[in-house]
Amino acid sequence: MTELTDWLYAPWPWYAAGPLIGLMVPLMLFIGNRSFGISNNLRHLCAITQPQKVDVDFFKYNWKEHTWSLMFVIGTALGGFIAGVVFANPEPIALSDGAKEMFLSWGFLLPGAMEFVPDELFHASVRNYTFLFASGVMVGFGTRYAGGCTSGHAITGLASMQLPSLYAVLGIFGGGLLASWFLVPYVLFG
Amino acid sequence: MIRYLPYLLAGVVFGIILIKAEAASWYRIQEMFHFQSFHMFGILFSAIATGFLSIQLLKHLGSRKSLDGQTIEIPAKPPGHKSYIIGGLIFGLGWGIIGLCPGPIFALAGTGSFGALVVLAGALHGTWLYGALKQHLPH
Repeated sequence: MTELTDWLYAPWPWYAAGPLIGLMVPLMLFIGNRSFGISNNLRHLCAITQPQKVDVDFFKYNWKEHTWSLMFVIGTALGGFIAGVVFANPEPIALSDGAKEMFLSWGFLLPGAMEFVPDELFHASVRNYTFLFASGVMVGFGTRYAGGCTSGHAITGLASMQLPSLYAVLGIFGGGLLASWFLVPYVLFG
Repeated sequence: MIRYLPYLLAGVVFGIILIKAEAASWYRIQEMFHFQSFHMFGILFSAIATGFLSIQLLKHLGSRKSLDGQTIEIPAKPPGHKSYIIGGLIFGLGWGIIGLCPGPIFALAGTGSFGALVVLAGALHGTWLYGALKQHLPH
């Protein structure tokens, strides 16, 4: 019994998680001929909440046709609660030694159990919430400009061998490298 | 509403995977961008490979119907490269700072992270900004 319950709380190795994420592509096709992707929901949420007087054409469509997609992300949040709260891993994330040294050199504490994101950036403060909001703006603007995010481009797009998705993934990774090597250590926490 | 249940359940499974794989962790994303662990690359490469093999299998099986009777097909992304590269770069800059892409934003919000909701609020404003500026941007 102990082993079974341990297994429920343990994190999953890449070779279990990766193929399962990949199976989301045929699963969504099988359920209702849908392309697996998340960031379109940000557009739907804008379409739902856009006031009449604002009236941006990009958000004038029948979002109710995309209820299935909104149900998917409601499920994603529920899944986050199940895996991250109910069956939370009691151990801190097993980072590589190189990463641990890097975080310490940036002046970050190493994560404790159930810490997915650092207090240094997510702890409630005007400074932190400004960074989080501004980065969120870039995520929302960029994903819609590129027409997809990690799921729609890196996974669905590359798995179906679409050239536009390769461009998007190169852009995404380039942006991520710039942020992670320069913005985070030198601008935000320099 | 019952017809949406499969999507809700698929979403629950996806959220569980993202958290159990630690893909919704800022630490894991920084570690990935610094090539300090194979973990995230293993997830992405094996996910793409599994998706690719699944699609090839579906094609091999011939025309198949989805549960609700539609013929399964994957829509082609509009051709071009500017919007994909520039949009990707902007998204990547945000992702590299906060370590959360759209799927993990929702999964982390489900764990009760208020910070994830601040990111989501920003992402909605960014999406709106794109919609408002769309016709002035190179595509």
